[in-house]
Amino acid sequence: MSYLEYTVKHVPTGPRKILFLNWPLALLLAAVAGVGFLMLYSVAGGSFSPWAEPQMKRFAMGFVLMLIVAMVPIWFWRNMAGVAFAGTLLLLLGVELFGSVGKGAQRWIDLGFMRLQPSELAKVTLVMILAAYYDWLPSHKKSRPFWVLIPVVLILLPVAMVLRQPDLGTSILLLAAGGGMMFVAGVHWAYFAAVIGAGVGLITAVFQFRGTEWQLLKDYQYRRIDTFLDPASDPLGAGYHITQSKIALGSGGWTGRGFMQGTQSRLNFLPEKHTDFIFTTLAEEFGFIGAFSLLVLYALIILFCVASALANKDRFSSLLTLGIALNFFLFFAVNMSMVMGLAPVVGVPLPLVSYGGSAMLVLMLAFGLAQSAHVHRPRHGH
Amino acid sequence: MKRPRVDTEANHRLVTRRAAILGGVQLAFVGALGARMQFLQVDQADQFRLLAEENRINIRLIPPSRGEIFDRNGVPLARNVPSYRIVIVREDAGEVEDVVQNLSKLVSLDPDEVERAMAEMKRSAPFLPITFAEEVSWEDLSRVSVNAPALPGVTPEVGLSRVYPLGSDYAHVLGYVGPVSDYDLERIEDPDQLLRIPRFQIGKVGVEAKIEETLRGKAGARRVEVNAAGRVMRELDRQNGIPGSDMQLTIDAKLQSYVQARLNGESASAIVMDVQSGDLLAIASAPTFDPNLFVRGISSRDYKALTENKYRPLASKSVQGTYPPGSTFKMITAMAALEDGLIGPDETVYCPGHMEVAGRRFHCWKSAGHGWVDLETSLKRSCDVYYYDLAVKVGIEKITAMANRFGLGERHDIPMSAVAKGLTPTKDWKRRVHDQSWVVGDTVNASIGQGFLLASPLQLAVMTARLASGKAVKPRLIKTIDGIEQPSDAGTDMGMNENNLRKMRRAMYAVVNDRRGTAYGSRIIEDAMRMAGKTGTTQVRNISAAERRAGVIRNEDLPWERRDHALFVNFAPYDNPTIAVAVVVEHGGGGAKVAAPIARDITLQALYEGEPPLEAYPTKDRGRIETQQQMLRGMQPVANIAGSDQA
Repeated sequence: MSYLEYTVKHVPTGPRKILFLNWPLALLLAAVAGVGFLMLYSVAGGSFSPWAEPQMKRFAMGFVLMLIVAMVPIWFWRNMAGVAFAGTLLLLLGVELFGSVGKGAQRWIDLGFMRLQPSELAKVTLVMILAAYYDWLPSHKKSRPFWVLIPVVLILLPVAMVLRQPDLGTSILLLAAGGGMMFVAGVHWAYFAAVIGAGVGLITAVFQFRGTEWQLLKDYQYRRIDTFLDPASDPLGAGYHITQSKIALGSGGWTGRGFMQGTQSRLNFLPEKHTDFIFTTLAEEFGFIGAFSLLVLYALIILFCVASALANKDRFSSLLTLGIALNFFLFFAVNMSMVMGLAPVVGVPLPLVSYGGSAMLVLMLAFGLAQSAHVHRPRHGH
Repeated sequence: MKRPRVDTEANHRLVTRRAAILGGVQLAFVGALGARMQFLQVDQADQFRLLAEENRINIRLIPPSRGEIFDRNGVPLARNVPSYRIVIVREDAGEVEDVVQNLSKLVSLDPDEVERAMAEMKRSAPFLPITFAEEVSWEDLSRVSVNAPALPGVTPEVGLSRVYPLGSDYAHVLGYVGPVSDYDLERIEDPDQLLRIPRFQIGKVGVEAKIEETLRGKAGARRVEVNAAGRVMRELDRQNGIPGSDMQLTIDAKLQSYVQARLNGESASAIVMDVQSGDLLAIASAPTFDPNLFVRGISSRDYKALTENKYRPLASKSVQGTYPPGSTFKMITAMAALEDGLIGPDETVYCPGHMEVAGRRFHCWKSAGHGWVDLETSLKRSCDVYYYDLAVKVGIEKITAMANRFGLGERHDIPMSAVAKGLTPTKDWKRRVHDQSWVVGDTVNASIGQGFLLASPLQLAVMTARLASGKAVKPRLIKTIDGIEQPSDAGTDMGMNENNLRKMRRAMYAVVNDRRGTAYGSRIIEDAMRMAGKTGTTQVRNISAAERRAGVIRNEDLPWERRDHALFVNFAPYDNPTIAVAVVVEHGGGGAKVAAPIARDITLQALYEGEPPLEAYPTKDRGRIETQQQMLRGMQPVANIAGSDQA
């Protein structure tokens, strides 16, 4: 029987849907969040306040949000993709105009009960709109220049607005996630080769012409790039954090110093020990075994998402799930690379572990969408 | 119910293939992360554990030394001297309270200071040193060093502190530095990391604040390894900061100190300016205060005394004070008329002591009148009616335009705080601000520098310099930065008729040197040094009709706040002008009686570059001047310092 002959009848309805959730994925998310609670409890010096308790409440909220989103049919979400994306752009504009200034950058809007970071939301809605776009677009058109240009514009709009905040880290993540979506959707590889080639060419030109009279950037801009590439040249800022972070990680050894026994991360060497640098605490207290386990948990989450996506015959569902998995991957990959001194320090938290409400809720919302796709996937009749 | 759209088989295969590629890339990256983890945590674990156990790496900022400030001849005006202080680093101290307890047994700590330091410590990063005591003596310092084992995290530090050797003489020009406050940080966008150093000093007012960036320099940093007790084991590397730039002011310290001493006891200000280069040789304002008090943090009692003093010592009257220019403005009115061709060669006006304009009677200061007066006589004897007559003919637009050409109503660009713009009124201005239309009476008032007109002593000095040179000379305060001469704007020719300017200068000469001139009592008799000037006495109150009938009340009989301001402007030498002087004595009384003698003393001091010989004064003044010179000699600190320590 061809897979075209499926019937909607076989999609579960009503409260029974809950049985058809991707439960292994849900449990993995809970496990990672659990690691987060443990670490927040530890960095607070063995206390649920000020971080662990609110984080648990938020995760509970996020989990419920995921279930609610999962119960709504995926085709509803597909129809909402355009509205959601437009809404996100409006919110980004709102931040530009009325946003509060946090740490020198305009990032969030105060909604009263929580602070909303529209740039977080953009990560999900961008994936949604791109998935909906490639779902709608007949397959044979997707590599034609005009139909390639449209998603490029869709990606660059939020990227440009986030860049203006200024939030370089998030805009790079958005760019990577959008590009990844286009790649997965099957846009001809020559486009990617061209973009990568042009990028490499531009970077080479920028550095080749340095010091000559055709110099492309101002001197201070070059110095900024230097600091970005080599944090050690800025010992007061990024270099200091990386050195301390590496000492904390390295001193963990195989098995770590034991729960709540970490000294480096607790001694306030790192300013963002409960957010961006929380991985150092885990690595110091539970050693290689603990850190590697978290990495495995993350990898499993990606694996379950990809498996669910590939088993899904609905193109929107499949692309959406892959996009969400890619986003999640970028999140933890960038954070871990940064903490381990493989990448420059950009403010990206460790997903589900770092303290923070906006990011957590948006992530759970995204996984809710992936769950909805899983629950409402087309099934063959018997 | 909507049906989900189902993919075509071909496309699904493509997506699957691409997803597999991307998944592979992700998996490879996860593998790389795992490998890195293994490298850091397993292979290099021993090395990092050693680093963690035994040493810690700290960053210490090295504050740059602030640029020093000198006068035009290299006399130091603002210096940095070493000062010893005791700091505590929170992460090394452990129980800070206990450490402070121990410390207080050795050194007397100010409880307020400790409380402030504790609060600061809570706010700051744990590795930043927080100052607990400043200006610590050598004995206390050595006691702390000897007892170091009992005081973890406590280190004596040597730092640089700002000192103003000539103290109060430069309070208004230089301003002062003080520790960065939260308010300062809020005002600055993206503040320099240096400003986060506790107690770091930045300029608060005056030149120190206006040229802050240049004076501050750039921070250096050193990375140090400290052991578990917080002691520095070794320095890993060091980036030296860039010290702030030294600078030289155009001020002549010797003259400045003299002027400041001469004004002592009055609420007054004075400016001495080079008429050719625009260099400001002295900017004085009295009474003054000791800026060194502010550097250390002034006590609230001292501060209250300064703010409640009715002579306003904190105000920099020479540049931020504005006054009706009074009769010193008559040169402007006259120039406006001359340039407009409204005064014939032998034209005279009859002054009966008053003049009726638009149904209102305007009085001359001399109620008996001056009789027939020409331009020179009118300025010499300061006849008001002559200028009322000119004003009605010329109109306010031309008078205001002329005033602006002489730098009145213009915020001169010098790096001091709150440089005043003054006020040169126009018809539009009055409508906008007072919502009234301009009446001819306003023009009449303006012609003798009363009414809405306001000017600062700096502006009056610039005006006089421009009269003397005929060029639009601009004031300059910074002579050199890092030894590099700063541009001076000697000004382009103002394009005035040289004959007219010469007439004005001759009239100003008559004011001082003609037997009937208002400032004849303040003449200089040394021929090469003769000065030309103009007196001004400006009312700060309206004289009522009843008062006028009862006879004019003498200034001395009025309460201080209601007495007239005394003004005098002059340039000298008359034949070849080099300096312009403006003196304003608040509520001093008459310009001729109070301001002119001060201006003469200052002029002579400037021209002789030191104490003038008594022979320059008229014979009958010499006895009084001699006593005065003796008294002032004792009040000038510069004589001692200039000789001993030149940088």
